[in-house]
Amino acid sequence: MAQTFAASSTLPARQTKVLGLLPAIIFLVLALVPVAAVFGPESYLLGLFTRVMVFAIAAMALDFICGYGGLVSFGHAAFVGIGAYAVGILGSHGITDMLVALLVALLVSAIFAYLTGTVCLRTKGVYFIMITLAFGQMAYFIAGSLAPYGGDDGLTVRLRSTFLGFPFLQSDRTFYYFVLLSLFVAYLLFRAIVYSRFGRVFRGARENPTRIATLGFDVFRFQRVGYVIAGAIAGLSGFLLANATEFVSPAYMSWQRSGELIIMVLFGGIGSLHGAIIGAAAYLLVEEVLGGITEQWKLIFGPLLVLVVLFARGGLLGLAHAIGGRLDRG
Amino acid sequence: MSTGLFVVQVLNGLQFGVLLFLIAAGLTLVFGVMDFINLAHGVQYMLGAYLAVAFYALTGNFLITLFLALAAALLFGLLLEFVVFRHLYDRDHLEQVIATFGIIIFLNQAVKTVWGAAPLTLPIPEIFTGSIVLMPGLLYPVWRLVIIASGLAVGVLLNMLVSRTRVGMLVRAGATNARIVSALGVDIRRLFMIVFGFGTMLAAFAGAMIAPILSVEPGMGDTVLILAFVVIVIGGIGSMRGAFLAALLIGLVDTLGRSFAIDILRLVMPPSPARTVGPAIASMLIYLLMALVLYFRPAGLFPARGR
Repeated sequence: MAQTFAASSTLPARQTKVLGLLPAIIFLVLALVPVAAVFGPESYLLGLFTRVMVFAIAAMALDFICGYGGLVSFGHAAFVGIGAYAVGILGSHGITDMLVALLVALLVSAIFAYLTGTVCLRTKGVYFIMITLAFGQMAYFIAGSLAPYGGDDGLTVRLRSTFLGFPFLQSDRTFYYFVLLSLFVAYLLFRAIVYSRFGRVFRGARENPTRIATLGFDVFRFQRVGYVIAGAIAGLSGFLLANATEFVSPAYMSWQRSGELIIMVLFGGIGSLHGAIIGAAAYLLVEEVLGGITEQWKLIFGPLLVLVVLFARGGLLGLAHAIGGRLDRG
Repeated sequence: MSTGLFVVQVLNGLQFGVLLFLIAAGLTLVFGVMDFINLAHGVQYMLGAYLAVAFYALTGNFLITLFLALAAALLFGLLLEFVVFRHLYDRDHLEQVIATFGIIIFLNQAVKTVWGAAPLTLPIPEIFTGSIVLMPGLLYPVWRLVIIASGLAVGVLLNMLVSRTRVGMLVRAGATNARIVSALGVDIRRLFMIVFGFGTMLAAFAGAMIAPILSVEPGMGDTVLILAFVVIVIGGIGSMRGAFLAALLIGLVDTLGRSFAIDILRLVMPPSPARTVGPAIASMLIYLLMALVLYFRPAGLFPARGR
């Protein structure tokens, strides 16, 4: 069952012209946000969209393994947390240089992905969902027990990462463009991977692992490489998150966070990469808007999720494709 | 560590395990028979506790309260099944996760709106208050023993139901291959509804029984839900026996780990790092156990599905 669903929205055979340009439009809009923000509550808007892009990176990484690899990870927030803690812990020792912090964030989350992936990828389907959840919970409890680094309360990041001693991320606007650049690089990277030879095997393993194995590919190793890449990019998102909120806490790794990432992926339309950006934006903006209307916003938000699942299959992108397809024909 | 403390902690572990079993039993059936991931199972446990508090305030009698709470929980569960879940059985696991996640968000907020965010309490029924003497100088609260006994009784009853009755046979057959069962002319939707209602009631029962010794608060189902998933995955999805044994195992490992991790670590390292590392290892222990089990037995200890 897990296989049939994602296939429908992956790499649609015929795209309408506008929808083909959608990734470009998304990045253009994101690039223009700081310009438009000048006319509104600037720091609020910049902060909000920075958060959107940070989560979009993590959601995109999840979409990569989930939508293209068929590996539904319910512990992806752990990698985000690891990236964030890399910034927090190094910062508390006075090491704020990006060259160190980013490298450590990527490396540690990649290693964590390699080790856990070796175990997780032996299982399939629901068992995979649950074992990734288990590792996510482990990471969560380890973080909560780091007494020198705030334990359950987390720790404050005093200074955003610097580059060769130069604090160029201090300005919110520069930081915004840095996050945008990271998102863009992540998008190009995943796109390149998906269409590469590696990506074809990786995608094939979702549709029919037996056939891929018969062709002579070691499915397990391909999936593990994919899992490590997704983990490292989620670590990048964590690195940015710690810099954006200037705070790190175990809550970043809770299973609810992992659930939110899955929601973002599904919201946007699974298996489309740029759908993850739309999903992250939709999720956080809906949360923001509903939160502004009433304190009880979760009473609306919960049923909304149910409705999206019941009626908007393929997420927002699926909806757009359905409408676009109809326009094309008629 | 003294023997007395050890005995008390073993009993606490058993009580926790039994509680987990009550929740996991419904979860594993729903999961095993319908192939449906119901994250909202945890909030049904929470709802059981809240309903118990509400009905107790009305009636003042625990037995009537228990009965009413179970009935109300069953009705609500069937309503949820009718409105939402039934449309999700044929869907992808991912979609089931999201939709039931939405229900968690909704219900957690709903109980906060209705009953407030502050923790509520429920008194222990009068005849079961107090403690009994286990050994000289060692007291143990009666209510916890009642929980253990009732949980074990439910376990025996469930085992009989599943292994001796016609419905139980269909449930077992459904857990092995639901489509064949359906093809043999069994109304699988009705079976699903029975299984689902039963699971909901078990979760609510667990919530109502634990309410007197736990604070009843929004979100109390979330942690238990994850633990129940750990239980059914270790036990093997769809297996009642597996759920029972895994629940007791998890209950004991978690409780004993939390009580004695620091003491054990002190044997191999100095006291101060032991105090830091101990609690972390204790909370990770069950997840470590789960990872180990799945590494060696990727389908759990007692896989029910004959694949």
